[in-house]
Amino acid sequence: MWAYLSSPRFLRSILPAASLAVLLAAIFYIQPRTMSYFGLKLMLQYAVPIALATIAQMHIITVNDLDLSIGPFVGLTACIGATLLVSTPLLGLLALAACIGVYAGLGALVYWRNLPSIVVTLGMSFVWMGLSVLILPTPGGKAPVWIKAIMGYEFPFIPLPIIAATTIALVVHQGLMHSSYGAVLRGAGGNPKAIGRAGWSLLKSKMLMYALGGFFGVLSGLSLIGLTSAADAHIADRYTLYSIAGVILGGGEFVGGRVSPIGAVLGALTLTLTGSFLIFMKISPDWQIGAQGGILIIVLALRALIKRKEAMS
Amino acid sequence: MSTARSRIVDLKDVTKKFGAVRALVGVNAHVDAGECLGLVGHNGAGKSTLMNVLAGTLSSDDGVITIHGQDLAAHYNVRQAHRNGIRCVFQELSLCPNLTVAENVRVLHTALKGVGWKQRARRLIRDKLEEIFPGHGISTDDVVGDLSIGKRQMVEIARAFTVTTEPLHLVILDEPTSSLDGITAKQLLKHVRKAVSKEQSCILISHLLGEVLDYSDRILVMKDGEVVAERPASEFTRDSLVAKMGTVIEEGSAKVEDPAHKVRGTTPLMVRAQDKYQETGVELLAYKGEIVGLAGLAGSGQTRTLIQIYDAAIKGKRTEKTAVEGPVALIAGDRQTDGIFPLWSISQNVCIRSLKRMVKGWMIDPAQEDAMAEKWKNKIKIKTMNMDDNILSLSGGNQQKALFARALGSDAEIVLMDDPMRGVDIGTKLEVYELIRTEADSGRTFLWNTTEMEELNNCDYVYIFSEGKIVSELARDDLTEEKVLRSSFEKGN
Repeated sequence: MWAYLSSPRFLRSILPAASLAVLLAAIFYIQPRTMSYFGLKLMLQYAVPIALATIAQMHIITVNDLDLSIGPFVGLTACIGATLLVSTPLLGLLALAACIGVYAGLGALVYWRNLPSIVVTLGMSFVWMGLSVLILPTPGGKAPVWIKAIMGYEFPFIPLPIIAATTIALVVHQGLMHSSYGAVLRGAGGNPKAIGRAGWSLLKSKMLMYALGGFFGVLSGLSLIGLTSAADAHIADRYTLYSIAGVILGGGEFVGGRVSPIGAVLGALTLTLTGSFLIFMKISPDWQIGAQGGILIIVLALRALIKRKEAMS
Repeated sequence: MSTARSRIVDLKDVTKKFGAVRALVGVNAHVDAGECLGLVGHNGAGKSTLMNVLAGTLSSDDGVITIHGQDLAAHYNVRQAHRNGIRCVFQELSLCPNLTVAENVRVLHTALKGVGWKQRARRLIRDKLEEIFPGHGISTDDVVGDLSIGKRQMVEIARAFTVTTEPLHLVILDEPTSSLDGITAKQLLKHVRKAVSKEQSCILISHLLGEVLDYSDRILVMKDGEVVAERPASEFTRDSLVAKMGTVIEEGSAKVEDPAHKVRGTTPLMVRAQDKYQETGVELLAYKGEIVGLAGLAGSGQTRTLIQIYDAAIKGKRTEKTAVEGPVALIAGDRQTDGIFPLWSISQNVCIRSLKRMVKGWMIDPAQEDAMAEKWKNKIKIKTMNMDDNILSLSGGNQQKALFARALGSDAEIVLMDDPMRGVDIGTKLEVYELIRTEADSGRTFLWNTTEMEELNNCDYVYIFSEGKIVSELARDDLTEEKVLRSSFEKGN
């Protein structure tokens, strides 16, 4: 039993949950009042859009690419949600669907022309940004009532962000880790040549993964305006780096199709909580981003240590 | 043919070109139900290309591919191959390292889907592993990346023999035993005979001639993209196979005359090396002004030895196994990844090794750089108008010339060459051979890893590698292709 618990493989899989638990324990210790329904809800509110953006990023990373435009993209969908979706719901839905379609097209482009995804998505980030500013030149707009109702719903005993995060993690886990086609999709990241040799279309898998990335990006944007009630073109600029950090914190790797949806959601929760933690530590906001980076480095250093142990055994 | 056995595959005049290289020159071959076909040939004979064509992963340029009596050449692909019951275990592994064993089985079978697919996949591969490799010790939920290379190979082989809705008629095994130990290799070969007795067929490609002779019914020998011999296995012996694989002595491949007739050992010793993992046996020695050949099957330890010598020279210290006297330069075999700087000009690519000489004050002196580039452009005849053009504007052969210029223009006394002439046209080759000879006569030492007999004829002394060790040495006068081949297939002990 102990041998299993101290094996590098187990340690690696438990690291995302352990980092979250340690952080949560530290917060409860410093500020015991957070250990309540309301406290948790307040602290974790923004975990939902961040978790969705992280899941979006994870789909792209699964096929060995990186999306540097997810932040501005979430911003754009938020702007569409706060304007078109309210004024002309049908047009709004069409616009959001078109966004997902463009994502699928990006996947096809990256595959066909063998382009580096970071270049393509970096370029697209400016396109998304420009579109957002066109749609909503100044901060404002109004979130649809039904989205606000969903995001404001109060479950008994367990706060909504926790239920939502759990649901997202389990649904994606089922789809990507347990379904039969999910295995093929992850294989396309692990050894594309082998997938091609087995007769699968790599183009299709890349397009599908990008489209899923777009889909979760849309959900992230909508859930975000459900919390803020209004939108702004720059509302989610930080999400690009948050989402990448979340996937990596959650045990994912940049190449090789090694990802974990549950880990990615845990990583997103951890990132959200570091903000609160640093506030409770009374660290000046000027230092917060740096301190967040510090926490990231500590967790990744731990992973590197586990890996080294694994390599030695 | 109206034999009792039905014909599964019939290939007629199949050709395949990669650029200027003709990998397959009109291959004719067939496989009947219930036979094991052995396929042998030297490196680059076209075996793997042929199998890729048959597996549908490469499309042929020309020719007829008849499968179960239907001509499919026009629209043949992997899906077609699977539908017709043809599977391939490729030489480099085709498993996804991030997936579990069961998930990798799913990748091969489109039918494994819906509720309970994982259970079915687990059962399928577990049963097959039990059948072929009893006592394999692999769990179906192991992640493939965590398995040893031998176990991965076992999984891939077992996977190729699993059957769901698509039939299974022919399994191509490309070097299947290369990463298996003796016992599992035996288990596999026994299974091959068992499959054959059940009217399934196999194609067995192996460098271990004993395996092919013992376990196949019929043997095909390939050379230079052609089938040069085809007979029942019982009519071949080890020696006759080796003889068929080698070249019949041609006038053109006569040995290059050596006017100087150097006597080995009269010049200072420049390199002494022995493979890290080699305990005893032959030691590689290279004297000043010699061209020393490293022969053997590709990947038998030649490259590793060159790198070992290079490392020893760069770190500037003698180790127990390696001693190098003098500066070295390495000409890499894989031009694209290890050789050229693709964003740089030809001139920059040529001068990089010699920049230290060209520093004036704190800067590189462009005049000296241009002078060196111009000198080598003329000396080695790089076909370009302007040495400041990007290196990629050159043809492959000329890119390789630039890499030679980089090494020969440097202060290196010892030049290591890791099969640098792969895919280079014959004209360029002859020019470079000439240059190497002149450079050697003026006192440079060359260590030349090559898999081509013709290039070995340019060497003064040849060491032959097998399974990571130097198994024999041949002086220039004793060099014959047969001896090289025989030693290449020798078991390194």
